[in-house]
Amino acid sequence: MKRGLVTAFVIAKKDLQTELRTKESINAAASFALVILVLFSFAFDIAREEFYAISGGLLWLVYSFAGALIVNRSFSRELPNDCLDVLIASASPAWGIFLGKAFAAFVLLVVVELLSLPVFGLFYNIQWVPVFWPLFAIMVLATWGITVVGAGLSALTVNVRLRELMVPALLYPLLIPVLIAAMQMTTALLSSDPFSLATDAELRLLIVFDIVYSSLALYLIEFILVF
Amino acid sequence: MLAVAADRVWKYFGDYPALRSTDLHVEAGSCLALLGRNGAGKTTLLRILAHLSRPTKGDVKIHGTIGYLGHGIGVYDDLSALENLLLFGRLQGVKNPAKAADEALERVGLARVKDGMAREFSRGMRQRLAVARAFLHHPEILLLDEPFTSLDDKAIAVLQSLLESALTGGATIIMSTHQIREAMELATHVAMLERGKMVHAGPRTTEMLTDPGWLYRTYGEQTS
Repeated sequence: MKRGLVTAFVIAKKDLQTELRTKESINAAASFALVILVLFSFAFDIAREEFYAISGGLLWLVYSFAGALIVNRSFSRELPNDCLDVLIASASPAWGIFLGKAFAAFVLLVVVELLSLPVFGLFYNIQWVPVFWPLFAIMVLATWGITVVGAGLSALTVNVRLRELMVPALLYPLLIPVLIAAMQMTTALLSSDPFSLATDAELRLLIVFDIVYSSLALYLIEFILVF
Repeated sequence: MLAVAADRVWKYFGDYPALRSTDLHVEAGSCLALLGRNGAGKTTLLRILAHLSRPTKGDVKIHGTIGYLGHGIGVYDDLSALENLLLFGRLQGVKNPAKAADEALERVGLARVKDGMAREFSRGMRQRLAVARAFLHHPEILLLDEPFTSLDDKAIAVLQSLLESALTGGATIIMSTHQIREAMELATHVAMLERGKMVHAGPRTTEMLTDPGWLYRTYGEQTS
């Protein structure tokens, strides 16, 4: 257990350190998210109240597309120089490698989400600051769901030639429950009082989704990486 | 005592059997040269021993920590030489990774450029960094897949010296190679694969040392 957690920490630190130097994923994801938010603000000609009604859907569509760009690189960044082989041969627990990669992708996506929020508030005239902490809680739960499924698919397709296409194609159908829940909760939060009873079911769905997919991924990753 | 025991190992890629009921037993402290033509199954067998691939059938038992040097150098281009070794030292549970990394860099002659990014290194320097990475945690079993291929002179000298000291220290070495002369100088045992089947395994003899082609002439093309 301790070895796996140390592995996760070391891998997450390495991924974030290399990302900080190359900015491969975060530049692409952040610029994509910001550009889409700005473009959509000009594309829609609707009243302020209606912006609140679509705010959750808009935000999570942007986040899920940006997330795909980030998780796509999770395992493929290990391909140059056959680094993945060396990681596996190091006898580090496969679940530790996976956890580290999923956590690094999670941190990067949360950063992109936080960077997008001011642009979202500015261009759509939506007050998100008063509900920041409940919104952040939704972001944490839903983003972990996106990154744990995405990192699992990144591992599954790491040796596939068309992996850049395969990951999004497989990712979005699996994310439907988490995206619907996050969209509904975000819309409810931004347009009314925080966490009404109506969002309880969505909150439970997010938590169950995270637990189920995290457990599945951590259990199956050994069979995915070594075959 | 056996360091490696592989019994009746089969590995299929689709319908193609890359390994066919292959047995391999390697005594602890010995150095085995794994020979065979291209496509004979050497890399497949080494990958199975390194836990990088599962056998389709058969049993594999490894007794000891593994150091692996494959076809790729297995270092990160966007980390410095020192950061690469610290990373693998921590992953392999080395007690004092900083000290081990410094010593390893010293051994392969990269101490002066330890803060340089791996991507800025010459090919030979990157190969020496890969060698340092494989030997960093003083593994009990070294699995080397064609380790001398495309190494420069300095890297070959470094690798040979590290292999000799590892063998003296009791490590077990299994290396696949086409460079028979270099391998025979170090090997205590020789095994030969032919189309996925082990056609010879035993101690290295004087004949093999004086006439490297003897093995291929004697055991080559035996299976159908």
